[in-house]
Order: sequence, then C-alpha cells, then structure tokens
Amino acid sequence: MMRDVYLGCLTERMEEDPRVLVLGADLMHSDGTATLQDIFPRRVVNVGVQEAHMVSMAAGLAAVGKIPLAHTFACFHARRSLDQAYISAAYARLPVKLIGTDPGITAAFNGATHMPLEDMGIMRSVPEMIVVEPTDPELLRSLLPQIIYASQPVYMRLYRKEVPAVHPVGTEAVLGRGIVLRDGSDASILASGLMVAEALAAAHALRQQGLQVRVVDMFTLKPLDRRLVYQCAVETGAIVTAENHSVINGLGAAVAETLADLMPVPLERVGVQDRFGEVGSPDFLMQRFHMTAGDIVGAVRRVLGRKRRLT
Amino acid sequence: MLSMEKYQELRTFAHRIRGETLRELGSLGFGHIGGCMSIVEVLAVLYGAVMQVDAADPEWSDRDRLVLSKGHAGPALYAALALRGFFPLEMLQTLNQGGTRLPSHADRCLTPGVDMTTGSLGQGLSAAVGMAWGLRLDGSPSFVYTILGDGECQEGQIWEAVLFAGNAGLGNLIVFIDHNQQQLDGWVQDINPLGELRQKWENFGWHAQDVDGHDTAAIYEAVLSAQAAKGSSSVIVLHTVKGKGCSFAEGETMNHHMRFTQEQMEQALADWEKEGETLL
Repeated sequence: MMRDVYLGCLTERMEEDPRVLVLGADLMHSDGTATLQDIFPRRVVNVGVQEAHMVSMAAGLAAVGKIPLAHTFACFHARRSLDQAYISAAYARLPVKLIGTDPGITAAFNGATHMPLEDMGIMRSVPEMIVVEPTDPELLRSLLPQIIYASQPVYMRLYRKEVPAVHPVGTEAVLGRGIVLRDGSDASILASGLMVAEALAAAHALRQQGLQVRVVDMFTLKPLDRRLVYQCAVETGAIVTAENHSVINGLGAAVAETLADLMPVPLERVGVQDRFGEVGSPDFLMQRFHMTAGDIVGAVRRVLGRKRRLT
Repeated sequence: MLSMEKYQELRTFAHRIRGETLRELGSLGFGHIGGCMSIVEVLAVLYGAVMQVDAADPEWSDRDRLVLSKGHAGPALYAALALRGFFPLEMLQTLNQGGTRLPSHADRCLTPGVDMTTGSLGQGLSAAVGMAWGLRLDGSPSFVYTILGDGECQEGQIWEAVLFAGNAGLGNLIVFIDHNQQQLDGWVQDINPLGELRQKWENFGWHAQDVDGHDTAAIYEAVLSAQAAKGSSSVIVLHTVKGKGCSFAEGETMNHHMRFTQEQMEQALADWEKEGETLL
C-alpha cells in the first residue's frame, strides 16, 4: 500500500526532525496519519472538517520555522482551499506541503464530487508551486525527503492504495527530472501516476507489433523536465501523453506548451477529456474515460500516422 | 496600570501614526483611509508598549508577532513600523508605487517588520493560530497578536479558526477586532449583522473583552488581562469609529476606500495638527 510506504517514510523524517508536523482535516483514518498521532501526539493535529483554516494555519506554522504537511483529499486542496494555498502559503513564500489523497479516478466510489481531475492543473497555475505525483513506492520513498525539505510550497498527489510498482528497488529519483523507463525510437509516451503502468503495457503490446516506443515517467508536473520533453521530440518525433487527470492544464497541456515552445511534433493526449468524474471502480472508470493501455496503443498509432504524413 | 507619562506617550504615538498615515495616503489621493484610522490606537499600544520587537533585527526569533489580518490597513501599520525605526519615514511616500516595499496590503516578504502576508480576508487569523501553535510547541515566550476587521468576521474561515483556537486554548494568541461597524459597501448592521461579538467568541471558549478602541489606556489594560488568561485564546473587541481623526472620512458611510482632493487632505492634516495641540 502506498499509504504504508508514505507513513513509514514520514515517521522516519519526524523522528529525525522535530520541525516536521502533520495536519489533517478529519481524514486521518483515511490517509493513515491517525497512527502518527500516537507516536507524535504534540506534532500531529486534526483540525476537524476545516480545510481552509488548516492550510492558512500551516502557513503560520511555516512562518515560525516548522515544516507542516497538510493532508486532505486532493479535490479539497485544489478546490476548497485554493485561495489559502495561493495567498497564505505560496504568495507569502511559506513552504507548506499540501498532500492530496485519492487523485483522479482513484476517488472511485466517492464519485464525482470527490474526484479531482483538475487538481494538478490548478496547482500548476500557482506561481512557484512544485507539483508532483510519486508513481509507486520506490519513487515515493526517494522523493519524500526532497518534497519535505523543498524551499517552495509543494502540492503532492498521494495514492493511498496498491499501485503497480514500475521502478526498480533502489531508484534514486530527482524532483523535476523525468525517468526513462523503457527506450525506443518510434514514439515516446510521457506518462504520470497510474498511467505509467498503462504506458508500459502499451509499449509492450506495440513491441509485439514491431514498434519501439519510449516510456518516460514524468512524475513532476512542475517544474516540468522540458529538456527531456525536447529530447523525446527530437529523438522520436512523436509524443503521446497519458495522465490520470484532465488533459486540460495537466501533463498533456504542459507537454503541448513545451513542444510548441521548443520543438513542435505530433502529439496525442490520453486522459480525461473535459468532463466531470463519475462513481465506479477504478477499472470501470479507466474504460469509461478511455485511459487504458489499449487507448494508449490507439493514440500511439494515431500519432505515428501523423508523424509519417510529415516525413 | 499605565503611568500617566506612558499614557501620554502612547497618545502622542497614536497621534503621530495617524498623521504619518494621512501623509502617506495623501501622496496617492486615494486609499483605505477608514480602516487605517480606526486601528491607530491599537497599533500605538502594540508597538509603543506591548510588543517585544527589535527594529534592528526584524526577524528576531523570540519577537512578538502581529498578523494584520485586515491587510488593507497596511498603510497604518507601515506608519507605526517607520516610527518604531524599522525603515525610514521617507519610505512611506513610496506606498503603492511600482517596485515599492509598501504595497496596499501587508506583505511579509516586502516590508521589514511585517510578519504575515494578508489581504485575502479571513486567512490571517488562521495563520496567527498556526504561529501561536508553533511557538507554543517550542516553549517560546512570544505572543502572537492579530487585528481583524468586523466585516472580515463575515468570512467563514474566521469561524473555523475561532472554533479551533477556542478549543486549543492558545494563551499566547491575542486577537483584536476593529469593530467600527462599517464595511466596504456600508454599515455592517445593514448588510449582514454580526450580533454581539464578545458573546459569540465567549461561546467558542475565548477570553473575551469589549473596550473603547480609541482609548490607549483601556486597550493596554485589556492586553494585560488577555496575557494573564494563560489557558485561553483571547479576543479584545475594539469599539472604534471608521475614519477616526480624518475630517473628511470620519462619519462618512462610504469611507472604506476613498478618493480625496489635495484640499481635503490639507484640511485633514490641519485638523490633525489642531488635535495634536490638545495633547500637549
């Protein structure tokens, strides 16, 4: 479970550094931080159902030298307490860490009201905000200290449940740098979150059809690894993005901007197409929103068609 | 008890803050005059008698903090800080100019002595609660003060913080409400009345007091009483007059943000000077 990995890494940090504090808003049994209350009773605060207060309070804690991690569902961080994140934390240059759980379709049975398909895009619009989505346990373990000690505010998506492991044990990730998981020269799939595993499955299927497709884990949406995007454009000439998020203002949009700036090549964006969430199992929702490995295969075929027409 | 000498000193300090704020806004011809004028006396008490701060070391870790939650009253705070030596008085004339360190709303990254960035109403109280919580964790002797507007108390986030801090019993948190009865669009009573503020905050578990917000001695005594309430978060409701001491703003209904002529400001400064003579 990602939650257990998170709690393990966080406990380690809290043991070493008394400045690290945890805030929650009546979801501490959901994200597991309730277990930290027993270990660090003075440094873990449940404010109750008041996200706006929690985020501004976290800013106040940062102003007196603490390192607060404020937890709630991703949808609430991005929608309910955005002004607090923007003004109290980011504009005030107070490096609060916002941890948003149940990103995208993993809000599953909580349905549309709880399903953040826009959180990364909203947070990306906040100046100086680092926006990151650790893909699997290894990446989370490697990135969490960098996130905690970042001098800027951070918005981090956190999967609570099991996610496919895509990175080998011992991976040392760097915030802001993508990781090439599989090389290839015909096209590149730049993916994030749940979609990295789908991208790998798609690349595997395409290999059976004689195509060599590169797969990159773009776990940091901001700052985006523009150098790597450029490299993929130059070396493979066609790009597909895949994200557990709206294609508006998310990874697909960020990559499109970068390509337009640096090296326009054909691009297809897999993700949620300007629509609200729905209730259902993650598998159902992945089909519903056309976010499966099969959908990525289709996108790669389309993008290769466009690439061929250009050459 | 405040000595007669200290009382006199605070009245004079308040008078000087008022005058410097008028000149500062006067340079622009517009600004949040009403809510600046109504908090002059509490600023005088805080920076003249209560707060432990060091103008030579604005980031001193054991200092007391002020969060001006009603961030639009920044110009009054800047006048108090300049008079306390945080920066030269001449800097007040740069208010709102491009590249200034004195923006319309308080900004901790720009102005020496400003402890929190505010301007989006309702957030400053929560930030002050965070500061008080963090300082308490460290066993710090510092107090955190914050000034809210009464219109600001219509924000839902205020009541989130009031509930939380009432329960948390933050003895190092002292909140002032500038209860001048007016907000941008008119009288609070006509728009969305707040009821009895002291009573409401008491019901949320706060140590709560009502005082005349233009009486420096009364404010000072109330702060001492709040400091003594060690197990409780404290609120002091300041009964004030919006625009107080500025002849063209005081008594006006629409005095939250005003445009004024040079003649009006000259008259206001002349009246202010006359008022000063009564202090001697």
